[in-house]
Amino acid sequence: MPRRHVGAALLLISLGLGACKKKQVEVAPVPMSPSTAPAIDDGAARRAREAFVRDSIARANAAAAASAGAAEAANLRAILEAPVLFEYDASDVTDAARASLDAKLPILRTNTAIRIRISGHTDARGSDEYNLALGLRRAASTRKYLSDRGIAVTRIDIVSFGEERPAATGDDDTAFAKNRRAEFEILSGADALQVPPK
Amino acid sequence: MSIRFRHSLLRHAGRAIVLSLLAGTAVVRAQPGVRLGLIYGEGGKRPGIFVLPVSGPAGDSLRTIVMRDLDFGDRVTVLPKATALPSPAGAAPIDYAAAARLGINGVVQLTLVSGGVNIVLFDVAAKQVLQRKTTSLPGTAGSATWRLAAHAVSDLSNEWITGERGAAASRVAYVADGRIWLIDSDGANPVAITSSVRALSPNFSPNGQSVVYAALEPAGSALYVTDLHGASRRVVPPSGLNISPTFTPDGSGIAYAHGDDFGTELYVVGAGGGASRRISIGRGSDNTSPTFSPDGRRIAFTSGRSGRPDVYIADEDGTNADVLAALSSSDQAYRSSPDWSPDGRAIVFQSQLAGRFQSMMITLRDRAVKQLTTEGSNEDPAWAPDARHVVVSSTRTGVRQLWVIDTETGRARQLTTAGGARLAAWSPRLVR
Repeated sequence: MPRRHVGAALLLISLGLGACKKKQVEVAPVPMSPSTAPAIDDGAARRAREAFVRDSIARANAAAAASAGAAEAANLRAILEAPVLFEYDASDVTDAARASLDAKLPILRTNTAIRIRISGHTDARGSDEYNLALGLRRAASTRKYLSDRGIAVTRIDIVSFGEERPAATGDDDTAFAKNRRAEFEILSGADALQVPPK
Repeated sequence: MSIRFRHSLLRHAGRAIVLSLLAGTAVVRAQPGVRLGLIYGEGGKRPGIFVLPVSGPAGDSLRTIVMRDLDFGDRVTVLPKATALPSPAGAAPIDYAAAARLGINGVVQLTLVSGGVNIVLFDVAAKQVLQRKTTSLPGTAGSATWRLAAHAVSDLSNEWITGERGAAASRVAYVADGRIWLIDSDGANPVAITSSVRALSPNFSPNGQSVVYAALEPAGSALYVTDLHGASRRVVPPSGLNISPTFTPDGSGIAYAHGDDFGTELYVVGAGGGASRRISIGRGSDNTSPTFSPDGRRIAFTSGRSGRPDVYIADEDGTNADVLAALSSSDQAYRSSPDWSPDGRAIVFQSQLAGRFQSMMITLRDRAVKQLTTEGSNEDPAWAPDARHVVVSSTRTGVRQLWVIDTETGRARQLTTAGGARLAAWSPRLVR
C-alpha cells in the first residue's frame, strides 16, 4: 500500500470514530424502545429507522476492519523495532533475544522490501572506545542471527554507538541492563506492511 | 645531595667534556652559563625559586603564569609572592645572602621589553647569573598567543633550573558535549574546535598543529583531521566502525580501529586518507586504542583476544603480540586504553579495581606497575610531553572532569571545570 493508502486508512478510522459517536447518540436507544416507545406503525418510518441501523452497523464494521489494519501495521512495526538485550560484556544472542528476533523473522520474510539498521549499544562500564567495538559485535551477532535464518545481509546495516546513547540513565544494574542492547531502525520498505501468513 | 643535583652536574660534566675536546678545558670553565641546572639540593629537596615582581601593565599576569607553571611542573618549590626578599644594598643585582636565608636557590627576573621579555636566572649559591635570554611575547597581553609564549618562558626557566624542560606551553584536547575542545595546560582558554557532532577520541599530530578524531554518524563512524581552528577533512569515510585514531610518530599515517562483522582490527591509513593497511591479527576479537612507541617500532593497544579486554604490546606490524600488564594468569582485571610515554619508558592504562577504573603506569624496563589514582574512577590516562604528568578523566568531584596527575608524587590538580570532559590527549610542546 503506497503512502496515500495509509492516509486513506487513517481517514476511514476517523470516519469510523465519528460513526461510533453517532451510534451512541442516535442508535443506542433503539433496542431499549420497543416496549416503551410510542407505537409508530408508519411503515416508511420503521423502514427508514431499520435502514439507518443497518447502515450504521455496516459503517462501524468497515471502520473496524480498517482500524484493525492500521493497528496490525503498528503492531508489526513494534515487533520489528523491539530492542533485544545482552549480558554484561557479551554479544551472544540470549534466549530472550531469540524469541524477540524469531518474531521479527516472518515479518522480514513477508515484507521483502524492508531494510533495517541494527545499532549496538553498551552500558556505561568499560572503556569508551572498547565499548564501541563491543556495540558493533552485538549488532553483528544480531544481524547474523537474522541472516542465518534467511534474511539477506544486504537488507541489514549495522552500526555501533557504544555507551554514547544510553536508553536509561543511572549507575545501577537496572539502567545498565536496559542499555546493553541492539536497537532496530526501519530504513525503508515498510510503507505497506503485509501481515505474515499464519 | 639530590639525584637531580647529581644529574645536573653529570650533564654539566658531559657538556664540558664535549666542549673541552672542541675548545679546551680552561676556556669552557671560564664561561658562565654553560652549566645546565642550578646548584641546589640537600636530601632530595626541590630547589626554592622566587620570581621577582615584574613591572609594566602585564607584568603581574606574566609573573602569576610563570609561578603557577613552575609549581605545576612539580620539580621546584615556588616561594610565594609575599616573600620579603630585600633589595640589594651593594652592586650585586640580588641580595644573595638574604635569598639563601629565605630558602631561595634561584631567582627568576622577568623584564618586559618591546614585544618580548628578558629572562634572567640568578644562582644564589654561586652568586652569579646562571642564564639570560630575551624571548618574544607576541599578541595582546592575556591573549591565547601571548599566554602560550608566557608558558614557554616558564618551560625555559624550568630547563635552566632543573635541566628538564617544562611542558606548560602545550594544550590538551578532550571530548565534552559530543565536541572536541582544546584547553591550555593551566586550564585557561577552553575552546571547542568541532561543531556539534558525536566526536570522540582526539589525538594530536606530532607537530601539534592538527588533531585527528572519530565521529559517530548515523550510518557508521568516520575519521577526521582538523587544524586547531576547526577546518576539518575526512580521512576515513563512515563504514562500519572507525574509531580511536592516533598519528604514527612520524606523522605520515593514522592508526585506528576498524570494525565489521568479523571483529575490530587495527589499521593504518595515510594522514591524507587513501588505502588502509591492517596491522593487528586479532582473529575475530576486538582490538582498539592503538598507541605507538616514540620510535614507531612498537605498538600497544586494547584487545579482547583472551576473552576480556587487556592491554597488549606488539611490533608495529602486529606480530609478536604479548599481554603487557597481567600480573599472573589468574589476573582477570579489565585493562584498556594504553598511552605510550613520550620518552618511551612507560605506558599508562586503565585497570578495573573494585568495580572502578584507576589509572596505572607500567615501566617497560622491569614491568613494574604503579597505581596512579584512587579517588573516584580515573579513566583514559594520557601523557604530558614532559613524560612525567598524565591527564585523566576523573569522577572524584562527582562529575567527569579532567585532572592532571604527577606520576612521581601523585599530586593531582583539576584541569577543567565544566562537567563531562573525557578522552583527553596532550599535545607535544607547542613552542620550542
